[in-house]
Amino acid sequence: MIPELGHIALILALGVAVLQAALPLYGLRRGDARAIAAGRSAAMTQFALVLFAYICLSLAFAYSDFSVVYVAANSHSDLPLMYRLSAVWGAHEGSLLLWVLMLSGWTLAVSLFNRNLPANITALVLAILGIVSVGFLLFMLGTSNPFDRHFPIPTEGRDLNPLLQDPGLIIHPPMLYMGYVGFSVAFAFAISALLSGRLDTAWARWTRPWTTAAWMFLTLGITLGSWWAYHELGWGGWWFWDPVENASFMPWLVGTALIHSLAVTEKRGLLKSWTVLLAILAFALSLLGTFLVRSGVLVSVHAFATDPARGVFILIFLSLVIGSALTLYAWRAAALSSKGELDFLSREGLLLFNNVFLVTAAAAVLLGTLYPLAIEALNLGKLSVGPPYFNSVFVPLTAPLLVFVGLAASVPWKRGKLRETLRAIRVPAVAALVAGTALPYLMHDSWSWAAVAGAVLALWAMVTAWQEVARRIRSRASVPRAIWGMSLAHFGLGVFVLGITQVSNFGAERDVRLAPGGTSALGAFEFQLAEVNQYRGPNFDADVGTVVVRKNGQTITTLHPEKRLYRAQQNVMTEAAVDHTLLRDIYVALGEPFDNGDWGLRLYYRPMMRLVWLGGVLAFLGGLLAISDRRYRLAQAAERSREAAATAVA
Amino acid sequence: MKPRFWVPAVALAGLIVLFAIGLTRDPSKIPSPLIDQPAPAFDLPVLSGGRLVSESLKGQPVLVNFWASWCTPCLQEHPLLMELARSGVKIVGLNYKDEPQVAQQWLDRHGNPFALIAQDRDGRVGLDWGVYGVPETFVLDAGGLIRHKHIGPLTRQAWQDEVSVLLK
Repeated sequence: MIPELGHIALILALGVAVLQAALPLYGLRRGDARAIAAGRSAAMTQFALVLFAYICLSLAFAYSDFSVVYVAANSHSDLPLMYRLSAVWGAHEGSLLLWVLMLSGWTLAVSLFNRNLPANITALVLAILGIVSVGFLLFMLGTSNPFDRHFPIPTEGRDLNPLLQDPGLIIHPPMLYMGYVGFSVAFAFAISALLSGRLDTAWARWTRPWTTAAWMFLTLGITLGSWWAYHELGWGGWWFWDPVENASFMPWLVGTALIHSLAVTEKRGLLKSWTVLLAILAFALSLLGTFLVRSGVLVSVHAFATDPARGVFILIFLSLVIGSALTLYAWRAAALSSKGELDFLSREGLLLFNNVFLVTAAAAVLLGTLYPLAIEALNLGKLSVGPPYFNSVFVPLTAPLLVFVGLAASVPWKRGKLRETLRAIRVPAVAALVAGTALPYLMHDSWSWAAVAGAVLALWAMVTAWQEVARRIRSRASVPRAIWGMSLAHFGLGVFVLGITQVSNFGAERDVRLAPGGTSALGAFEFQLAEVNQYRGPNFDADVGTVVVRKNGQTITTLHPEKRLYRAQQNVMTEAAVDHTLLRDIYVALGEPFDNGDWGLRLYYRPMMRLVWLGGVLAFLGGLLAISDRRYRLAQAAERSREAAATAVA
Repeated sequence: MKPRFWVPAVALAGLIVLFAIGLTRDPSKIPSPLIDQPAPAFDLPVLSGGRLVSESLKGQPVLVNFWASWCTPCLQEHPLLMELARSGVKIVGLNYKDEPQVAQQWLDRHGNPFALIAQDRDGRVGLDWGVYGVPETFVLDAGGLIRHKHIGPLTRQAWQDEVSVLLK
């Protein structure tokens, strides 16, 4: 009964979404204020219905209702409750439901927080979000209904994919989806600007917090995904340039560019049509990500559930939504182009460079991701483009970004003076050079160009991040949260780059074969495999090793890497064991047993590994600070009263 | 209307064509390096007793099907295998990472399409044969060469288009 209620709620939500798309548009055309306002109530109703459906599916998982196909395929009665609830988004159908829930949640948030925006803008935005929602609900009900039943009812479920039975995976997909879906709001604002012809500083100010919010969730989602892969895949890597990782990284790069071009549009009224294009692209890449993951077009470790029929639907949806958006753009963007001078040595000039590099980087990732597909489409065989391509293309594209990020903080809007700029960057530049050159020596007593260059750039970004804050404090001006947020995010970028530089230049690893009691050395560390035992988990059987790690004869830590055999799916999973400080990770993964009782072990030394994720988390917190700035709320209230006055006069 | 504003729309159109072609491809068709190579040798216990040596598969074309009782997609292809067995196709089962009793119960319940069932309990033969997961079906010719490999449940279409032609 409960699954049927959920199914009905979804069908009703589809009806409401159609109304949410149609009524405001009709109202705008006819000047009917009631129809214009209807979008808001439709948004609330739709959210309530989708939430209800989501709760129904969660209940089916909680009570292990295996008559529901989706539950039977992704749950098991031995699965702990926490994982049964997170299994809701463990595969395609439920992910889609979560996606729609978030879309309706973002829509609700827009309708609540944008009370102070002009009614016609809100109406347009809600209508466009309604159209997107119609597409996704049709997709779900048509090709991937999570509430389908089957008969006979299996006595046991097939269990959640063991890869997903990890705390990191409970929050990674929801954060990622929050980011993907969040870009739909920026998209809706961009389309409403094209339709209404209104694209001014106020428009940029309305769009900014929504874009930052989506971006910060995406940042956290990607960071968590990387952390999860490091722990769960047992390869000691944190980024694999896998197509699905790229699918989340491309909208991130374009979204980052969008945040910066929105700043230029707000402060200087420039780059208008470019900003609109970026907003469309960020959402297009989010949809593309869904398409790539769910259609099976690309083979990937993430392709849990693939189905060509679904691919066809997403492809049609993508063509309709993004195709009409870009056609509208081609038709209307010329009217938006702004006349104005743009000086290279000014903040907007540097932000333009930032945009060029970020978008080029996104294009390079897109090329690398789609190249195998193109080769196959041309009948030239199957191949995959790996880290060698991405690393060699990506590093030269991102290094200048780090130089610019520090410069931009030291250069004012409109026009900077070379002499003043040089004076402002003198101290941070020298500090970064000295500390960056010394760091490889201090940490590892060795030297390489790459390690020094990376450390100098990273420290440069970390130090200059606080320039704006310092300047304001020196002149006794207040420091708004948006500035704190920006500084923290840029500092996080530096921390992230420092982590990457250290890991990639000084990381070490070794595959060894050890008998119980045997030892092996990696750098200054000595690893002893004390013993290997068996134990029985709730839904798996595990071998667990005890590895004692010593340095200079002193025991630092004892690690327990595991190898788990999940009973229902007969899948073997590696649970690596990690000992970490801010300065280094020691990582041990249990490999294969040998016939004589020896075990294969993989040992890794990863200096400053934590900084990679710490940087991501700092960027997330920076975004959070920025969107909580009072400026956005105050400005909205002021605009509201101005608009009201203008209408009264007219 | 300036032409440069049309660039994104045109780029999108190109991508859509690319994806549309990509969708017609089957991601499960991963070329096997073993095609037209002799089947990797094995010597395994047979479920009903005795041993099966891979050499003895020579002499007539045969389907080698990797399956397991814990594998749900195997149940999906099972009716087709039963039908093929009735029509005289020789199918050898390789029971992959499975318990003999459980496998026997599974066969008792659903029917046995296999002429012989070899037990690959630790999955080592599956490794030699490059098995990604169960079910997978190999087509061996009379000379013991692997002529085709099908990944995933065998479908009627795959049988008609790709497999049956090789057995003639």
